[in-house]
Amino acid sequence: MRTRSAFLLSGMAVAMMQLAFAQDRSMSLPKTVEAGNAFTIQSTGSGKATLYIIGLGQVLKRDVQLGEATFFPAGSLYNAGHYLAVLAGDSSTESDSFDVVPASKPADLSFLARPSRLPVGLHDGITGAVYVFDAYHNLIAAPTPVSFELSNPSGTVQKRIVLTREGAAWTGMDSTARQGMDRFVARIGEISSARVVGQVPGDPCGLKMNARQSGQQVQLVTDPVRDCNGNAVPDGTIVTFTEAYNGAQSTVDVPLKHGIAEVQMAGHNGATISVASGVVLGNQIRWEK
Amino acid sequence: MSKGRLFAALLAAATVALVVIGTVWPVPSAVAYAGGASLLRSSSTPEEAVANLGDEIRMQAWGKAYASLANKAQFTQPEFVHDLTGYYSSLRTYATVENFEVRPLHASADEAEIELKLHWSTVVGASVSTRDLHVIRNGDRWEPEWPIAKEPIVPPQVIPVNYLRWDVIYRGPGDDWGAQDVEAPHVRIVDMHPVERADGVVILGELLNEDVVPAYVSVSATLLSKSQSPIATEGSFDKISHLLLPKQVTPFLIKFPNVALSEVGSIRMTPLSALIAASADPVIEIENEQLHPAPGASLTGQLINQSGQIVNVAHVLGTFYDKTGQVVWVADEYIDRALLPQNPVPFEIHIPEDLARNVSSQRTVIATYSSGGAQ
Repeated sequence: MRTRSAFLLSGMAVAMMQLAFAQDRSMSLPKTVEAGNAFTIQSTGSGKATLYIIGLGQVLKRDVQLGEATFFPAGSLYNAGHYLAVLAGDSSTESDSFDVVPASKPADLSFLARPSRLPVGLHDGITGAVYVFDAYHNLIAAPTPVSFELSNPSGTVQKRIVLTREGAAWTGMDSTARQGMDRFVARIGEISSARVVGQVPGDPCGLKMNARQSGQQVQLVTDPVRDCNGNAVPDGTIVTFTEAYNGAQSTVDVPLKHGIAEVQMAGHNGATISVASGVVLGNQIRWEK
Repeated sequence: MSKGRLFAALLAAATVALVVIGTVWPVPSAVAYAGGASLLRSSSTPEEAVANLGDEIRMQAWGKAYASLANKAQFTQPEFVHDLTGYYSSLRTYATVENFEVRPLHASADEAEIELKLHWSTVVGASVSTRDLHVIRNGDRWEPEWPIAKEPIVPPQVIPVNYLRWDVIYRGPGDDWGAQDVEAPHVRIVDMHPVERADGVVILGELLNEDVVPAYVSVSATLLSKSQSPIATEGSFDKISHLLLPKQVTPFLIKFPNVALSEVGSIRMTPLSALIAASADPVIEIENEQLHPAPGASLTGQLINQSGQIVNVAHVLGTFYDKTGQVVWVADEYIDRALLPQNPVPFEIHIPEDLARNVSSQRTVIATYSSGGAQ
């Protein structure tokens, strides 16, 4: 009987101690941790426990001595998001949560520039969009000024500064009147990303040909073909010559070479010869031998 | 089980019986193909002589066909074969004669004129060639004279060309995901309208490459009902010039068989363009284009290859307009002969009789293919 009473008393004492342990134990978490930074979690109480840090795609586990601070070195948590901390003892657990936020310093830009090629003289024809990331590729949601700069080989520069919203900033730029390979740069501080945007000539403007006798045939040569802004239309562009005569016609599609299109055709007496490129019509010549 | 065995035994017996019958009494065509007696006729009439020649050409029995000619002294057997199949690679090189027609034009006691129409089967469809043969009597037999058309041979030479060529480098797997790929060519449908025909709806139109780079193009269309539900989707297939150089225009034609225009509420057009490596060569002149009215409405002309490159296959696409400039029809023809430099090759595109009276002008474009790929 005395032995049974001793067992009962010692059991109650252990239970009381465990209850006391559970009541004394607690965690002190930082509300936010910057991605990649070192941090500590302070616990109270005594004894041993296991601390789990659980987040999206990452779990940390530490054996901790209650009452001491648990140190997490730099780089321990680097994915921004909401994390759960669980302190598990022998008989009970305690949990709390905190946030890992992106680093405040931008480290990388993703720059989308569209299109890579467009005709000259288009208002808002070029679009640039930037996403700002920290060193661990977390999208920095805090407003950050981004500088967009579009420079033409002729020296023309368009510049815009745009604040990011929810990590993104975008702008529209005009293509200039001069053809060439423009450099489109997005910059935040020392970090920049560059894209190349080709500005190409528009449709031919004032297409004009000349004709002269060449043996039994007629030699047709265009003036240097340019668009309405004076840019040379690129070689390879198709120019169509048509010779209409006596109810029949002859046609030939000629690519521009060195800026001009040149062809020999039969040159029937009284023929009407016309020139066109795409949907643009040029001059007409009535050919008399 | 016993039924199965009986059936197997019957099959075996029938097979043996058929083999014996086929060996002892073979059909004439089988004997001919096996190199035995010819299935040809006696050549006792001009028509039979030309029909025999047609059969030999169909069977590609070039030696026998050449031997049957009355004028074989004027050309060699290879020249005869090249006249039929082409000296340079072309659609004819891989074509076979599906069938032929013989039509007497004129006959006397000792000579006759017979038309031989050969229906070739090529990789892009049927092709017809017609030859008028002079047939002469030789004893009790008739022998045809082959109207040889010797294909000009391009002499060995170097022709310098400096046309532009475009090559394309696409983005690679190591590029930043934000790095833009090369922009697809900008193309635009400049004309489109549906036409109702007896066999369904046809969509006609024209597509312009308004960019400064060459484009591989195709067009598809979806017919939508009045409730905007799709009826059918079709593509232009080969009724388009798939390679468009900068500022070049191609017609297109899309057929929707067994659809009535009254069922169609709207049409959704989808032009497709992709960058393609291409050359501005060869330049083909289309000379002496003439519209011929009905009956037998057609567009005829000649193609002249102004470049040094031999064009193995040429595809002629004709766009026909009415007086207001609206497209009324698109038709095409494949040239089954190679285009040699500066050597005119005729073409003839047929126009539907009912539409021919509406046609007041036309525009022709050429798609070319040279060995080694589309150029």
